[in-house]
Amino acid sequence: MAKVKPRVKVPKSAAAGDVITIKTLISHPMESGQRKDKEGNPIPRKIINSFTCEFNGQTVFSCDIEPAISANPYLEFTAKVDEAGTFKFTWVDDDGSVYSDEQEIALK
Amino acid sequence: MTLTRRSMLTLSAGAAVVTAFGLRAGPAFASAEDAMAKITDFAGGTEPQMGTISLTAPEIAENGNTVPVSVSVDSPMTEEDHVASVAIYADGNPNPEVITFNFTPMSGEASATTRMRLAKTQNVIAVAKTSTGAVFMDKKEVKVTIGGCGG
Repeated sequence: MAKVKPRVKVPKSAAAGDVITIKTLISHPMESGQRKDKEGNPIPRKIINSFTCEFNGQTVFSCDIEPAISANPYLEFTAKVDEAGTFKFTWVDDDGSVYSDEQEIALK
Repeated sequence: MTLTRRSMLTLSAGAAVVTAFGLRAGPAFASAEDAMAKITDFAGGTEPQMGTISLTAPEIAENGNTVPVSVSVDSPMTEEDHVASVAIYADGNPNPEVITFNFTPMSGEASATTRMRLAKTQNVIAVAKTSTGAVFMDKKEVKVTIGGCGG
């Protein structure tokens, strides 16, 4: 299987109090469990079931993901920045694997 | 997903069956009632009001595998009054749940975008729950040319 690779886009810097937009994409097949292989056997479900974004240890945004989300799940959301710090992004797979990424942001 | 000759044949056979027997063929799709039941569960007994939340989805989605969908809710996003969560449902998919976004006052705005799968032409419903207990919803019909469940 292709390697799961998270990609995140966070602005390099923001003014205090700014609301910034964060875009994330992670390569993942998001096998829904509804499809069947050539022999007609159902392909087991394997999806990323949750995502969390933390800023300096505090949760900013999270979501519970169902099989109805497309392959290579894309998420765009906002965050309010009051101080410089680190955004931490975590994706949790059905099989228990955890994928994560971190991005720094500076104050203008 | 690639369209092979075999899958094309299955598709057209399926289409013929649907034409012949109405909508009895195909996998067990969720009904609109199922979706409504989930929404009632999510709302926790509060009657959802239309407005305040806006759901953006294309009117016609050519490919049901990736349908861009975004929600945004009008809210001050303060500690006392913010949008706690927004759930998206699709009433014609095998499972009506699509995604649940959980916001915090640190989100700044209650808006998010993602891409979803739609099995067929159906209603997409977004429901928002605020920290004050209010529940809002918005609904859009999306026409799907090629379904996204790869049956």
